[in-house]
Amino acid sequence: MKYALYTGCTVLGRSRNYEMAARAVAKIFNIEFIDLADFECCGFPIKSIHYRTFLVMGARNVLAAEKRGLDICTLCSACTSSLTEVNKHLIEHFDEKTRIVATLRKQGIEYRMSRNISIKHFTKILYEDIGTNEIEKLIERRLSNLNVASHYGCHYLKPTDIYNNPEDPEDPQSLDELIRITGANSIRYNEKMRCCGAGVLAINEDLAYAIARLKLKELSENSTDAMVLMCPFCSVMYDDNQKKMEQRFQETYNIPVLYYPQLLGLALGIDEKSLGLRMNRVSTKALIEKIKR
Amino acid sequence: MNELSPKFKYEITREPGGENIKLCFACGICTASCPIREIDSQYNPRRIIRMVLLGMKERVLKSNFIWLCSNCYACTERCPQGVRFTEVMNAIKNLAVKEGCIHPAYSQQIHILAQVGRLYEIDEFDNNKRAAFGLPKVEKTKGFTKKIIEMTGLAQLILSKKG
Repeated sequence: MKYALYTGCTVLGRSRNYEMAARAVAKIFNIEFIDLADFECCGFPIKSIHYRTFLVMGARNVLAAEKRGLDICTLCSACTSSLTEVNKHLIEHFDEKTRIVATLRKQGIEYRMSRNISIKHFTKILYEDIGTNEIEKLIERRLSNLNVASHYGCHYLKPTDIYNNPEDPEDPQSLDELIRITGANSIRYNEKMRCCGAGVLAINEDLAYAIARLKLKELSENSTDAMVLMCPFCSVMYDDNQKKMEQRFQETYNIPVLYYPQLLGLALGIDEKSLGLRMNRVSTKALIEKIKR
Repeated sequence: MNELSPKFKYEITREPGGENIKLCFACGICTASCPIREIDSQYNPRRIIRMVLLGMKERVLKSNFIWLCSNCYACTERCPQGVRFTEVMNAIKNLAVKEGCIHPAYSQQIHILAQVGRLYEIDEFDNNKRAAFGLPKVEKTKGFTKKIIEMTGLAQLILSKKG
């Protein structure tokens, strides 16, 4: 299995731990990642202010992979939804795709069209293409004493009409199944499907933190060992800013926030250092000690 | 009331994403599902749709509330009429930008994207750190994003509205 790895902006800028864990896990399942030098921003931040620019930015990234005959594996859920939406649009509007290729060529950006490619989030690749049966065979250490809260985030699931095989956005299962395969218990909780608030962090901090707080507060009250997610934006809210929120709201959460490949990596027996677990902002030390017990 | 623009709704339906706004029958599930509305009553999806349909162009485009959508798609998934309100908000903001109203957070992001091609610059220091952790080097931008921002007219749109 071979993919062009699309890290996007936030993973490169803020989530080295996620990238390390994803690469380490991919290796175990023989997923080969190709790094393309011409990937730049997916266009997500531009969609709400200039649709045309969003479309061309996304298209150029898609074309860069298409030129090399590679499907794209994404790590960030916002990149996933943006590139999926643009790719779907290009496949359904071939005339527009041709026009974009022509306008890019005029700017000296040369891409030749090839077979249509697909865009897939790394978690979806693990769930759909590797599958829980295959993953289970390689589990070395069952994390059976952990209570884990799954956080799907929004764009991994929605909008459902852009995705192939969409899950029920009100009651998704993939991440919970992937958590259970590690031996950990995936807990039920009220705030499970709540948005992290990152979408408005740059616009209105108070609002963004007020939203993120609701989930952390519930989890801190029901003895959760960790939250598990798969989007760097969500992680910025829950991990990077957790201390800040504790001060702001005068509350204690102390919820380690792991990327799914970090949790899976622990169960696969990958060492903590290779999974970047020391880079998580909320300490994962107690969690790792608990696993070893 | 004399400042109403009856054609406002057609301007929205012409923007990508705004096509379905007239299908709204005001059930309010968008507002009931909205995590932003739960915290900040300034932002009310059903009310915003009404304002557009009534032609309150100035009040909508110049408001602060249009920038508060978190893009979570909760409203879009639940809407029985297929209005796709998240995309309607994008249509409204696209139009606002054309009319010279842009939130400063976005102008800032465009400047960064034009300079480094991403929202975060990966410099030599970062690349050394990456190497220490066995991660491949991230190449500097080849200026693709800058070219696109200039080519589509977005750069000029932002610069002409400055000051």
